[in-house]
Amino acid sequence: MSELTTTDAAELGRLLTAGEVSSADLTRAYLDRIAADDDAIGAYLHVDAEAALRSAEQVDAARADGGVLGPLAGIPLALKDVVVTEGVPTTSGSKILEGWRPPYDATLAARLKNAGTVLLGKTNMDEFAMGSSTENSAYRVTRNPWDHDRIPGGSSGGSSAAVAGGLAPWAIGTDTGGSIRQPAAVTGLVGHKPTYGSVSRFGLIAFSSSLDQAGPMARTVLDAALLHEAIAGHDPLDSTSINAPVPVLAESARRGAEGDLAGLRVGVVTELGGDGHTEGYEAGVLARFAETVALLESLGAEVRPVSCPAFDLALPAYYLIAPSEASSNLARFDGVRYGLRVGDDGDRDLDEVMALTREQGFGPEVKRRIILGTYALSSGYYDAYYGQAQKVRTLITRDFTTAWEDVDVLVSPTSPTVAWPVGARVDDPIAMYAADLCTLPASLAGIPAISVPCGLSDGLPVGFQVMAPALADDRCYQVAAALEAAQDAARGSRFLDQLPVRSAA
Amino acid sequence: MSTSTADRLVDFDEVLTRYEPVMGLETHVELGTASKMFCGCATTFGAEPNSQTCPTCLGLPGSLPTANAAAIESTIRIGLALGCRIATWARFSRKNYFYPDIPKGFQTTQYDEPLCTSGHLDVEVDGETYRVEIERVHLEEDTGKNLHVGGSTGRIHGADHSLIDYNRAGIPLVEIVTRPIPGAGAKAPEVAKAYVTELREVLVALGVSEVRMEQGNLRCDVNTSLAPIGSLEWGTRTETKNVNSLRSVERAVRYEMRRQAAVLDAGGTITQETRHFHEDTGTTSPGRSKEEATDYRYFPEPDLVPVAPDEEWVASLLAELPELPAARRTRLSDEWGISPTEMAWLVNAGAVELVSDTVAAGASPADARKWWLGDLARRANDTGTELAALAVTPAQVAELIGLISAGTINDQLARQALDGVLAGEGDPAAVVEARGLAVMGESDELVSAVDAAIEGNPDVADKVRGGKVQAIGALVGAVMKTTRGKADAATVKRMLEERLVSS
Repeated sequence: MSELTTTDAAELGRLLTAGEVSSADLTRAYLDRIAADDDAIGAYLHVDAEAALRSAEQVDAARADGGVLGPLAGIPLALKDVVVTEGVPTTSGSKILEGWRPPYDATLAARLKNAGTVLLGKTNMDEFAMGSSTENSAYRVTRNPWDHDRIPGGSSGGSSAAVAGGLAPWAIGTDTGGSIRQPAAVTGLVGHKPTYGSVSRFGLIAFSSSLDQAGPMARTVLDAALLHEAIAGHDPLDSTSINAPVPVLAESARRGAEGDLAGLRVGVVTELGGDGHTEGYEAGVLARFAETVALLESLGAEVRPVSCPAFDLALPAYYLIAPSEASSNLARFDGVRYGLRVGDDGDRDLDEVMALTREQGFGPEVKRRIILGTYALSSGYYDAYYGQAQKVRTLITRDFTTAWEDVDVLVSPTSPTVAWPVGARVDDPIAMYAADLCTLPASLAGIPAISVPCGLSDGLPVGFQVMAPALADDRCYQVAAALEAAQDAARGSRFLDQLPVRSAA
Repeated sequence: MSTSTADRLVDFDEVLTRYEPVMGLETHVELGTASKMFCGCATTFGAEPNSQTCPTCLGLPGSLPTANAAAIESTIRIGLALGCRIATWARFSRKNYFYPDIPKGFQTTQYDEPLCTSGHLDVEVDGETYRVEIERVHLEEDTGKNLHVGGSTGRIHGADHSLIDYNRAGIPLVEIVTRPIPGAGAKAPEVAKAYVTELREVLVALGVSEVRMEQGNLRCDVNTSLAPIGSLEWGTRTETKNVNSLRSVERAVRYEMRRQAAVLDAGGTITQETRHFHEDTGTTSPGRSKEEATDYRYFPEPDLVPVAPDEEWVASLLAELPELPAARRTRLSDEWGISPTEMAWLVNAGAVELVSDTVAAGASPADARKWWLGDLARRANDTGTELAALAVTPAQVAELIGLISAGTINDQLARQALDGVLAGEGDPAAVVEARGLAVMGESDELVSAVDAAIEGNPDVADKVRGGKVQAIGALVGAVMKTTRGKADAATVKRMLEERLVSS
């Protein structure tokens, strides 16, 4: 049984198709692991074992009837709790939505349901996806399976912990400023933020609309590509959805795994951990990064440094744009239609009830960002803050555009540090925000970026980020797969096989 | 609903001896699209509350908007009809404020990049043309409707609890904003009314909205200010909301002019504020005072891609615009043989379409005008409704006129028949039948009525016999009285002549 929970999803798909394992057995294996380990790890906010087994049995029955099923049919899956799921509690990690059962499915949830995947549960996250450690969840602390005293990254920390800890074969995360890539990096997973507009946002509880993207978190590059393909593609319900054919990603991953990167032009971003920009970066992270760049060269890539000066402004720009949009996106949580309502005693008037609801329903980080965003959009300050930040965004996009004239992909560390101890940064928001330093430029420019494991530092995973031009997500997968294959070959095992096996007992 | 007001008022004519009024109008028009602005929900008026809703127009977490292409097209057509410049690049923005009738905590509207700018609409009052400059035409979404239960005012304060119907939330709403309109002087109230009337005619011609003011399809906010005559600066304005009939537009401007003049005369200053208009009293009262100026924190809506109307497409929309009311009036004036002034009466009465439809249904232009501007206008005025809102169709008016022409009824009977039609008793012919209104033929009943009139008025009869033929009118009147108007006066006169005047 425990073998099934360490098998990669592509192999699980093969076993299911070949009839060597049933979806019910596979699902049960994962539910057993969740039952045994999730009290310690804290990855899930909601697990419905009965419902999971029911849908697994449906897939098995359909297969027994000789039905033609897709490649993902019967494979279990976890969804970050920011994804709206019909009839299944969805909180976005916030008390203000406690008990809310949505009447509809997010587009990506519906696509995964139609593909026959089995929903194990909804994973923990920083409240409204605001954070880099999942400690801002209103519900529980999530532990890093590599070291239970450390954070699993964030905001998709429940998803990263579940997949790394063997509590789900793969999971969906969302990334606004790094919330897929950074948790993937610090838990030793592959995490990809797709091109903005290439995965539907319909049914993702919005944090920052112009930045949010959902994407895969998986144990291998191929798994990530398979999951990504299942959720990608135009959605008429999302105005910002790009009407372009679904990219061929799994094939790019397979091709990449052959290991030939001859002719690939790779730019190493100076501003992200390069000369003169190493402050805040751990030596171990920089060492693994340098080794991996050398590995790329050994695979035939041409590597050169690339300077992107506007990246230095990404952090302040992001922390104006994202809170501004969030202050507006979170206005709907007023206690009138759904979720928490506080103080409606028949005496208090509407404004008081709204204020009390928001006072008690939102956590401190969410309030901090609402206040920041409200201020930045205020009349008289708009031009100086929100307006300026949008200009910086344009400059960052321009830096990328210039870079693409000379290189095919840009690379950097995914995060300046490995996973830090639980509690270490909770009182220091600025230190917490710095975790996003390397992931923010791709978010602001709307381009695709992947994080792939590139070794350990002090026994903890380090992530390597590959960024590509908009809609060239396939390049991310190709390069990441080449690195993964070369490292696995050198190591003689998969990256996650290094994870110390843990159990609640 | 009405509040007693202690406002001091200056006589209207006196206001104009000291002050120059400036108006501005913001008109909201609900488009008649089949689906809502940002989702696929239906827009049927009067449906079961909250039956036309979905995650998007309820603002549920995770839901997203997509823009209704038909609504964008309608907005551009309105802009073109008003001679506006059509943007090649427009965006939606979020207007952020908390209120339960906006489900997202912001209204999706247009701010600094509207679809249409810089147009105009010419209106005529008493033979004089006033050009109303249009600042912008933009597209937004309507709000839900709050129903405050309990309490006496129907307002939120004092209410026991509130219910919200989101059927209206997300219906496409076009806002048409004028530039300030100076120079109308004593005609200001009429110009304001004529503008809304003309705008409504344009919207009807375009077929973009049902434009039924009583259903809230068209709603006006009226800005009014006064400046001392000769002053180079305009005064502080008030914004009167809920002005929801053509007549009210005129009354609201008139009232605000009289009220503001009294405040200024007393050395006071006008507070820039929102005021409510009260249909029943024709007065305005201050809206809920805002302790601080509302900051809507507008910013571009990131959930919607910008709108970039293709120039060729816009050109084709322009080419395909229908005949607009002004051109149509010129043509109809010629066809009906009436003067521009006479046409202006029809316009001001909101009767052009009604007369046109009545003519199309077979009546002569003269008869159609006579009925709509005469009896029907009086009835509308008596009941305080719009002409078009009367419970009679142009086809029924044409039928009525046809019955008169055929001699089945006379004008007096026709008015009784109209009573029946308005009371919902059916079409004119059916009402005439059911009420027994047809003109009496030369029946025994009429013969005895004529004979009785001669017998009962021997003096008059003798005068007529003696050659004073004009005295016959009194006898006709007597017959009409005994027959309760059902006789045909000409027939009666002929019958009397046969008996009294030797040929």
